[in-house]
Amino acid sequence: MSEPLLKVEQLCKSFGGVVATDNLDFDVMPGEIHAVIGPNGAGKTTFVAQIAGMLKSDSGSITFDGNDIAGKTAPERSHMGLARSFQITSVFKNFTALENVALSIQAHAGHSFKFWKRASGDKTLIEPAQKILDDVGLGDKALNLAGNLAHGQQRQLEIAMALATSPKMLLLDEPTAGMGTEESEIMRKFLNDLKGDYSMLLIEHDMDTVFSLADRVTVLVYGRGIATGTPKEIRNNAEVRSAYLGEDE
Amino acid sequence: MLGTHGVLGMTLLLLIEQFLNGMQFGVFLFLISAGLTLVLGIMNVVNLAHGSLYMLGAYFASTFFGLTGSLIVSLVLMIPVMLLVGILIELVVLRTLYERDHMDQVLATFGLILFFNELVRIIWGVEAQPLTLPMWLSGNVEILPDAPYPVYRLVIIGVGMAVAAGLFWMITKTRMGMLIRAGASNRPMVGALGINIRFLYTMVFGLGAVFAGLAGLMAAPLQSVESGIGEDMLIFAFVVIVIGGIGSIRGALVASLIIGIFETVGRSILPVLMLEIVDSEAAQTAGPALASMLVYILMAVILFFKPQGLFPARTG
Amino acid sequence: MLSKLKLSILIGSFLILAALPMVAESEMIDEPFYIDLMARVMIFSIAAMSLDFILGYGAMISFGHALYLGLGTYAVGIMAHYELTNGWMQLLVCISGTAFIAFILGLISLRTSGIYFIMITFALAQMFYFLGISLEAFGGDDGLPIDTRSEFFSFFDLNETWNMYYLILGTLVVAALVLWKIINSRFGMVVRGSHSNDARMQAIGFPTFKYRLAAFVIAGVVCGLAGFLLGNLTEFLTPEYMHWFRSGELMIMVMVGGMGTLFGPLFGAFAYLMMEDFLANFTEYWQFYFGPILILLVLFAKQGLWGMLPGKEDISDE
Repeated sequence: MSEPLLKVEQLCKSFGGVVATDNLDFDVMPGEIHAVIGPNGAGKTTFVAQIAGMLKSDSGSITFDGNDIAGKTAPERSHMGLARSFQITSVFKNFTALENVALSIQAHAGHSFKFWKRASGDKTLIEPAQKILDDVGLGDKALNLAGNLAHGQQRQLEIAMALATSPKMLLLDEPTAGMGTEESEIMRKFLNDLKGDYSMLLIEHDMDTVFSLADRVTVLVYGRGIATGTPKEIRNNAEVRSAYLGEDE
Repeated sequence: MLGTHGVLGMTLLLLIEQFLNGMQFGVFLFLISAGLTLVLGIMNVVNLAHGSLYMLGAYFASTFFGLTGSLIVSLVLMIPVMLLVGILIELVVLRTLYERDHMDQVLATFGLILFFNELVRIIWGVEAQPLTLPMWLSGNVEILPDAPYPVYRLVIIGVGMAVAAGLFWMITKTRMGMLIRAGASNRPMVGALGINIRFLYTMVFGLGAVFAGLAGLMAAPLQSVESGIGEDMLIFAFVVIVIGGIGSIRGALVASLIIGIFETVGRSILPVLMLEIVDSEAAQTAGPALASMLVYILMAVILFFKPQGLFPARTG
Repeated sequence: MLSKLKLSILIGSFLILAALPMVAESEMIDEPFYIDLMARVMIFSIAAMSLDFILGYGAMISFGHALYLGLGTYAVGIMAHYELTNGWMQLLVCISGTAFIAFILGLISLRTSGIYFIMITFALAQMFYFLGISLEAFGGDDGLPIDTRSEFFSFFDLNETWNMYYLILGTLVVAALVLWKIINSRFGMVVRGSHSNDARMQAIGFPTFKYRLAAFVIAGVVCGLAGFLLGNLTEFLTPEYMHWFRSGELMIMVMVGGMGTLFGPLFGAFAYLMMEDFLANFTEYWQFYFGPILILLVLFAKQGLWGMLPGKEDISDE
């Protein structure tokens, strides 16, 4: 048995009286895609925010790659190899696709107190950025403004930006949110190609995506993990069906 | 021995007097910031022109008092007038700014300030407007033996506390208050409740205008009524809201009293205190300088520990 | 890259500015008053440009930027008051002083955002205004004349109108070039990125706070330099330059010129000061008319003068 890459133990978070994360245990093995599903308001986004370092946890531990990261800031976690994508598309709309990815690379290329040289003419940023865009199939859109890309392409760009930080693990918050069936299909294929190269924590609403990609699935209800297992086990779990799947389909 | 006792007694009396003056100033700050904090909290609008409402209140007071000779009648006249002014400003200008970013709100309401400051000069002239207190308010009472204190300032404190109590009652017990509280902490929810949110905004703004006008009316006999007096109060109101927390009436009350007392007591005591400690020419400069910075330093310190203010009303 | 049109306008404007003293003093025109007027315009251009650097590019709506203008004049004035008239020394004090104060105030105010940031920058700047008023040693609210202008080289006497004028023009050109370089550098990309989405910037690994703070300090120092020039030009030190009203004016200049365009505010400062001058000539109560005009500008002409020109320059380069 190898060690899990991400290990979450007894994680808690509440807002006022509302418990969003309730003694949650969770792990992701190297190379694994572990999906988290759950009804609206189950605390999925809170969970991602806690792992990415946007929200401070009330208690519990988060271990990543052998280090306790509970006290680390979001940028520090990014530098340790945790990359996240956002539920709401948050590419930099006024920058070109290329500049978006270059910015990610810049974040991991030493400090940015460099005031003189033109960033967009900097080959050490532009060339690797172009390569990543080529890899994700957005190569010919490099000089388009991110805000002018189609929705599905913006979501892909978002993941390209995460990849550009050379992460060990991707935290993907609903990568197919707001997509039509066709776009979802493309995204699914795209993520499937990344499978094996990166560990992933996948938050997802779309069951087809979850069941076709995930190695393991955890069901979150009111901040508690009520079941964890292979997609097949989850499909057949009676408690999950009544709590969640039954309502959804 | 006896001598020291006398000096100490004097100092104590001075302190009590300054403390009350500070409370009275705090009441003005509360009346101004109560409306402003709701506007900021509920509508998420930066309104620089709130100080102008205070100024208008003072001008109306001087005119109405000049016509009627009665402060009470002036008050009764001022309330509907200020309500109307508030509603007009909301309908004509503020309403167009809700969907705009903060920069636009700052600039547009800055435009309102320029307009109102000049408007009062055009209507009332550049000279300060006189308003002397009627006899029944101009006396002193002995709050302690041999310690007279102006009745009028006590009345202000009383009125302020009554308004605060009324406002708390409204916020916690009435339907409109419930909507206001909901709006300050969670705006989308109020919309989702199917409430006519436009109407709610207009009423809150009108109410804020009346409070600011009331402060202006009560302040009119104490200060010279002239163009631009609103902005000095606006700065203090901002400090109050930053300390109290945007959207919180309770925060506005607590912070108003803190700032009022700190400002007043600090200004009178600090220069004296500095002279006692350092006793040099440097102290003569440093005392007033430090006193003028006191409330801002206090704000910075509080912010350092509580970036959302003492009573953050907003969640999520 | 700037579009050809914008580049031509910019170069043309600088050429006009460079030629202005000769033209103004020529026998045909003979209005040396214009030299002084344009010197003022250029100083406010520098200040407005520095504000746009954080406001337009970094989304830091600082409502106390005039503070640094005032600090610059105090640096010159106070040192001149104690007969320290060496320009280089004054410059050093001006730069380090404004940098220090911007650093401290940035440290406090950048912990917050949105409305809080606006109110805090406003209140903190006002604090220095009141401090200036309470400093009787430097004239309190009456201010203090600055008897001697900064002394740099023996052959470059700032009491000569032309020398003063060209020093200001030179500073403007250098400041514009430097800020333009910074905006397009790696550092500038971080500041602009945190403008549109700070949480996103942190997620890809930028500890944005220190970059925003550095930008805040740079803007403060450049504005302080404008104040340094203003003190020398007007030969007067007054807390009035730190007043929030001035901060509001700087914001108007930025908006009229075009937010987030860097060069726009140069024209914004010109347009605003001319408009003020025109209205003030036409009526005693010019603000009565300007207030509503400002509201209409905000509502209907937000892109500003520079923004109305075709071609966007702040994106997609090469």
